[in-house]
Amino acid sequence: MSSAVLQAQEATRRFGGLIAVNRVSFDVNNGEIFGLIGPNGAGKTTLFNLFTGMQQLSAGTLRHDGDDITNLKPYTIAERGMARTFQNIRLFGGLSALENVKTATHLHTKSGVLSGVLGLGRSRREELDVERSAMGLLELVGLSDRALEEARNLPYGDQRRLEIARALAIEPRVLLLDEPAAGMNPQEKVALSGFIRDLRDRFDLTIMLIEHNVPLVMGLCDRIAVLNFGELISLGAPIEVQNDPAVVKAYLGTA
Amino acid sequence: MTNTSSAPTAPAPSGPVPVAVSRRWSRLALGLVLLTATLGLLGVSLQPSVRVNLVLAALMAMSVYLPLRAGQLSLASPGFYAIGGYVAAVMSTRYVVLDGDTGYWKLRALGRTWVSTSELYDLKFVLLEMAIAGVLAVVFGVIVGWLALRLQGIYLALATIAFVECLRYATLDHEIFGTATGIINIPQPFDTQIEYLWIAVPLMVLAALFLYRLERSRVGRALLAIQEDELAASATGIRPTNYKVLAFTMGAVLAAITGVVASHFLNTWNARQGTFDSATVMLACVVIGGSRTFIGPVVGGFLLTAIPELLRGLSDAVKGTPALSSAIKDGRPFVYGLLMVIVCIYFPRGLVSPKLLERFVPRRLRVVHTAATGAGGPAAPATFEDATQ
Repeated sequence: MSSAVLQAQEATRRFGGLIAVNRVSFDVNNGEIFGLIGPNGAGKTTLFNLFTGMQQLSAGTLRHDGDDITNLKPYTIAERGMARTFQNIRLFGGLSALENVKTATHLHTKSGVLSGVLGLGRSRREELDVERSAMGLLELVGLSDRALEEARNLPYGDQRRLEIARALAIEPRVLLLDEPAAGMNPQEKVALSGFIRDLRDRFDLTIMLIEHNVPLVMGLCDRIAVLNFGELISLGAPIEVQNDPAVVKAYLGTA
Repeated sequence: MTNTSSAPTAPAPSGPVPVAVSRRWSRLALGLVLLTATLGLLGVSLQPSVRVNLVLAALMAMSVYLPLRAGQLSLASPGFYAIGGYVAAVMSTRYVVLDGDTGYWKLRALGRTWVSTSELYDLKFVLLEMAIAGVLAVVFGVIVGWLALRLQGIYLALATIAFVECLRYATLDHEIFGTATGIINIPQPFDTQIEYLWIAVPLMVLAALFLYRLERSRVGRALLAIQEDELAASATGIRPTNYKVLAFTMGAVLAAITGVVASHFLNTWNARQGTFDSATVMLACVVIGGSRTFIGPVVGGFLLTAIPELLRGLSDAVKGTPALSSAIKDGRPFVYGLLMVIVCIYFPRGLVSPKLLERFVPRRLRVVHTAATGAGGPAAPATFEDATQ
């Protein structure tokens, strides 16, 4: 049995004449923290969007647990236990932090229109459970004291953390983090590194993350894939990737 | 404090977990007080028939508000209002008949005969009409919604306007709908018009309660999430199309039921009821009143219905000075428009916003200690904040 949780097989995405992702293939193993790095415009976020059904592949195949998930809808991807955060934060701005997380428990709750409106019995208990677990997740990311604040009024760093809490509320097996450290100070970045590792262990996750901060990625990830102009130019353990001439060339412009 | 190291930490011992329960009934109570106060204030100075109109307008505004809450700008409500109106008109003039001998109303259906309890058209017939109108609204709502809701924003609005126009033309041509003349002499369940408040107000309170509760339930959260960010909502496992059709259909049912009441209330029904013009007014009610809380459409419905009447009253009151009186009378549309512009400029989120309500009833977290830490919630986890120390 393959331990690959996520697989990209010749994944390709074209935008008109531009090839954003060009025949990219790699496996992400179970329990791994897998980093995706590369210069701006390398196709990292596009690859995330392909994996989460937010953009369609032009060619190639994506797999999750061996199943073909190419071009599934975002909600079907979520149903499969894959959660993500967004580079340009996409919280439900007008809802409170707590409501943001509660909303993401959608797949694990059942209340319909009538039972929800009447709020009797099971539905009432469910609501309490949802509130409890959502509050737990807010506590986990250090936002429990801002639970009732509108998401759009939270500071940038808090919004990033709230996105992680919301993603965790899906109870995912796979977590895709798009630049989780963006906008954080060096100290926070170090803390984030420990936090992500802790998440992986606590929730038994496989994590794929995009990050620009090279020291963070090198210290955190088990393996790293490097994209440049949509192509996979290097793949391996941090130390291997770091010394790969192709990577050095991509980042510094000379060999 | 303990987690700067990379080593995984065992979950800390779990004690009682504080559970947040946000405020439950206080906002609703406040809302109902506001509603009653507005209704009362407006009511005393208005004609009985206008008082009923206030409530009907509030109901229609809520029916526009419902899909809007899922981010869908639909102007289909007048169409479903018309469907409800025709159901009531046709049922009560064709199928429920006045027994000439007894003077009572009766309906023969399903091998049984239902008879009214007095010489008035019975409320149970009205309820039956509501049920039929509701079912029809579900059928049409799902079909139209499923077709139209793949459009976004202004295109959806246009498609729903087209639906309303189609219905209008369809009814114009058919004998059963009274063609262009419409259906007249719709029987009355009440002796006086003001008594219609006996159905209209409970209906409005029920609808408001429904909306209040809905927005605090799982389904309501899904709708709000779609309104906020459809893509992010679908990434959390919400199926946007299903919920959009649901919101659209719920709005349709509310409009159809309101149409039933309006049909009896107006005593006549024709293709001029529930047109595009009324759709713009309904939308204005929501925009002016506020589109982020169920109180908004109610207040908007009241105000926009009452203002022209209040101005008329004002014009009558200053009859002594004919110049002023006629100026007010003639200037009514102008004042009406001006008020709308002023509200839009100074209250871009409508008169009643969640923020405004917050001022009166601040939200609070209630800490409830429970023995169990369970239900998917991580037990006293190592937090991000710990790690930053």
